Amino acid sequence: MRRSLKFTSIGASVLLLALAGCSSSGGGATDSASGGSAGTGTGADCKISQPVNVAAVFSLTGAAGQYGTGQKNAIELAVDNLNKVGGVTYKLNVQDDKTDPKQGIQLFEQFVGDDTSVIVGPTLSNTAMQTDPIAQEGKIPVLGVSNTAEGVTALGDYVYRDSLTEGAVIPQTIKAAVKAHNLKKVVLMYSNDDAFTTSGFDAMKAALEKDGVKIVDTKTFSKADTDFHTVLDAVKNDKPDAIVVSALLDAAVPLVTQAREIGLDVPIVGGNGFNSPAFIKGAGDAAEGVIVGAAWNSASDNAQNQKFLSDYQAKYNAGPDQFAAQSYAGMQIIDNAVRLGCSGEREAIKKNLAKVKNLPTVLGDFSFDENRDAVQEALVQVVKGQKFTILK
Amino acid sequence: MQQLTDGIFLGSIYALFAVGYTLVFGVLDRLNLAHAAVFSAGALVGIDVVTSTGISVWLAVPIVMVVGAVLGLIIERVAFRPLEGRPDAHFAGLISSIALGAVFIALLQGRYGPDTSRFPPDAFPKTRFPFLGAEVSLLQVLILAISIGLMVVLTWLVAKSKLGRGMRAIAENAHAAAVLGINVNRVSAVTFAISSALGAAAGVLFTLNVNTAQLGIGHAVELKGLAVIIVGGLGSLPGAVIGGIGLGLAEVFAVNYVGTSWRDMVAFGLLFLVLVVRPQGLFGARKAREV
Repeated sequence: MRRSLKFTSIGASVLLLALAGCSSSGGGATDSASGGSAGTGTGADCKISQPVNVAAVFSLTGAAGQYGTGQKNAIELAVDNLNKVGGVTYKLNVQDDKTDPKQGIQLFEQFVGDDTSVIVGPTLSNTAMQTDPIAQEGKIPVLGVSNTAEGVTALGDYVYRDSLTEGAVIPQTIKAAVKAHNLKKVVLMYSNDDAFTTSGFDAMKAALEKDGVKIVDTKTFSKADTDFHTVLDAVKNDKPDAIVVSALLDAAVPLVTQAREIGLDVPIVGGNGFNSPAFIKGAGDAAEGVIVGAAWNSASDNAQNQKFLSDYQAKYNAGPDQFAAQSYAGMQIIDNAVRLGCSGEREAIKKNLAKVKNLPTVLGDFSFDENRDAVQEALVQVVKGQKFTILK
Repeated sequence: MQQLTDGIFLGSIYALFAVGYTLVFGVLDRLNLAHAAVFSAGALVGIDVVTSTGISVWLAVPIVMVVGAVLGLIIERVAFRPLEGRPDAHFAGLISSIALGAVFIALLQGRYGPDTSRFPPDAFPKTRFPFLGAEVSLLQVLILAISIGLMVVLTWLVAKSKLGRGMRAIAENAHAAAVLGINVNRVSAVTFAISSALGAAAGVLFTLNVNTAQLGIGHAVELKGLAVIIVGGLGSLPGAVIGGIGLGLAEVFAVNYVGTSWRDMVAFGLLFLVLVVRPQGLFGARKAREV
């Protein structure tokens, strides 16, 4: 399903590239529409007279609505806070793509044509694969705050993201787990009929080898499998120090519960499929001690994050999730880029985003790598008392 | 030893599913392809009953069997009886049962949605004890006991009871049975009800074993159930039991000695071999059906 979506979206984005080319040559994007203006001074002293126009495209309704709402709340909070600092003000325009790439495309074309300086979003990678080529073509910087699929930033040099990919989270998770439990030999398990879990497996294997952990056995299963008793009995015979699993949620829950059921009590390290409250809900007590990496956790004790948590709670009377945190950080990153060059021009923001380095954000210290992907410390979580807590 | 017990537990559930399948096939000469949907229904309804009423999982088994029996009556009434007496009744029934199975799945989706459902985490006993060098759980023992119990009751029913005699008479010749005063429609309906009750029970027991169920759960077992009854010998109850346990063992040994990815290939390859050597199946006493 996901794979076919990906293929369709690639196909569609090729078409759209052609379409976008037509519309911009039709006179949509001209130099007068490059947005914002340059100011005076740099960094904290930067003063720009006109507000910098930031557009956000989130899925506020439709299938991804639950993610988009948190993103919208968080970015509005971030803009409020940043406008209080003074010198640079932001004018935010949040639009709903209705979890529909077609809607996202329309919005992107609109923003390329008006005086928007930078686009934040869209919520889903699948949509980003189709909308971001439009931004690239229209030469407007776009910052994804929740896209984790491979290849999003490869769409062009105007495309950035602050959301860590699984390939970035896994090595840090493995490293922390190896250290915490002094792992020497492990069994790797993954479903080999799914592109996401297979790439997760590749990352796990590479990370384990790098950390000098012996992989005594590799077990495969199907993402549709539900009965793991037999495989797990075989794993138990291998007497590993831990099991490292790349699986989607539907397989992760029975796998973990059955492992505990047969008395296989070694630590379990999971991929992104495990990173969901639904995992804890489904596996119950069996989830205790499972180690999962994530880009953000509410328990993270950095000062920025603590302020974000209380601000968000005060304004919306609810706790933020990872999507909200990454959205908030997105605005902090944009602010940093604007101030670095003291300019709200598209080209300047694009150029200065690349210079963002060790910026303190709610996600921790943040930088971009040469591929415009996020570099930050992942948070390694362990399930404790039916909650994700930070692994110490 | 652990592998042996694992294989027998898994196999007993396959056997229970296949016994229901083969009952309808052996007695009524009908292949009921809605059986997999009944399996899914058993699993999902079982979870629903336990979650919403909080009763013990073991009490849920008889409730699910009643639901299964009702579904069986519906299958007989809707998918098979209207087509009776047609020259192509075998084939038409096969197709109409696929359709009815799809309807059941759609209804289940309407009720439970496409997501995976599970029993509440504390719903079952966690006791485990060593057994001849292997380790088994109370849950697995009870699953095995229920499966075997149901199969024993069924065998007795078919062999000794009045109903069973009626079934076997119909299997021999429905016309003659009717002439002898057997209510063919009633016996057919009861057979479907029993068959589906067993299918639903297999569904809920399978879910108990793995603690996860979604709409498609029946499809994974459907093919295996068919393979089991073919290998065991069409219409043979002991054949279905032995075939089911044989398949369970083959899968477990394939996982342990060949590799997890090869499980289905090894299991089905073995079944294929059996068919090459013994085309009528292990216990296939029946002569080949004239088509």
